[in-house]
Amino acid sequence: MIGAIILTSVLAFLAWLFMTMGSGNLLYLWDLKEIYAGIFFSVVTGVVAGRFVKGKDWRMLNPARWFLFAAYLIGPFFIAMAKANFDVAYRVITGKIRPGIVRIRPNLKTDLGITMLANSITLTPGTLSVDVDENSGDLFVHWINVKNGAEEKDICDYKLVCGKFPDWIRRIAE
Amino acid sequence: MIPECVIYLFLGIGLFFNFMGSIGLMRMPDIYTRLHAATKCTTFGSIFTSLAVIIYGILWWYDGHSSYAPLATHTIVALAAILVTNPTGAHAIARASHRAGVKPERAVVDRLEEVKLP
Repeated sequence: MIGAIILTSVLAFLAWLFMTMGSGNLLYLWDLKEIYAGIFFSVVTGVVAGRFVKGKDWRMLNPARWFLFAAYLIGPFFIAMAKANFDVAYRVITGKIRPGIVRIRPNLKTDLGITMLANSITLTPGTLSVDVDENSGDLFVHWINVKNGAEEKDICDYKLVCGKFPDWIRRIAE
Repeated sequence: MIPECVIYLFLGIGLFFNFMGSIGLMRMPDIYTRLHAATKCTTFGSIFTSLAVIIYGILWWYDGHSSYAPLATHTIVALAAILVTNPTGAHAIARASHRAGVKPERAVVDRLEEVKLP
């Protein structure tokens, strides 16, 4: 409980510092008045909003996971996203599509992991996550260009749909 | 000189992909394929237009106009918000329309049709 309040306050204060950059001369970036106001408002935010922080899972506080996440974002994710956009542009111009909804089993356990994977899938080549089976963690993915043969299997191989993303996300979030 | 060229380049790339997203919205046959065009292209295009704004803000900030600093930092926050909310919104629309009974047009397979989720 106290941990959640402190964590929320610290995050709110960091967000405040980020948003008020350039307001004064302290460390060339901040005005002292802004810092005082920031401390006040972040403590208020922590007390009010800290009780909404549920769960005992603090593993995302590990900085190694943050660096891994940043590496994932600017590395494989950004490349896949650039490819996705040329792919969509190509399909918009030519109109060549072969759509379908397939089922994949990424074997991710946590809600955060599944959310990150679903969002990554939506932003990368030719795929859009439609629904999730909450018991098994299976995702239903709308695929704009189903590969030949992939539609026959009951559960599609996730490497065909989203490459190595589940492996990255398992390392980041689980 | 070079930073200005980068700004124009990023604006051009962003406009191109946003334009492609709009065209896709007109050309695609059903809601799911339209969502493909609408989410991917607008997110990618908005990343580049936002990057152009960020570079512009940082340039003026570096020149000593510290009132331009919030332009850069707030755009970074907006960019993060776009990256999280755009796919989530697309996912919500797709899920809602499948539950409302909209079938994917010209689909070769529909596994979600076969299982009944609660």
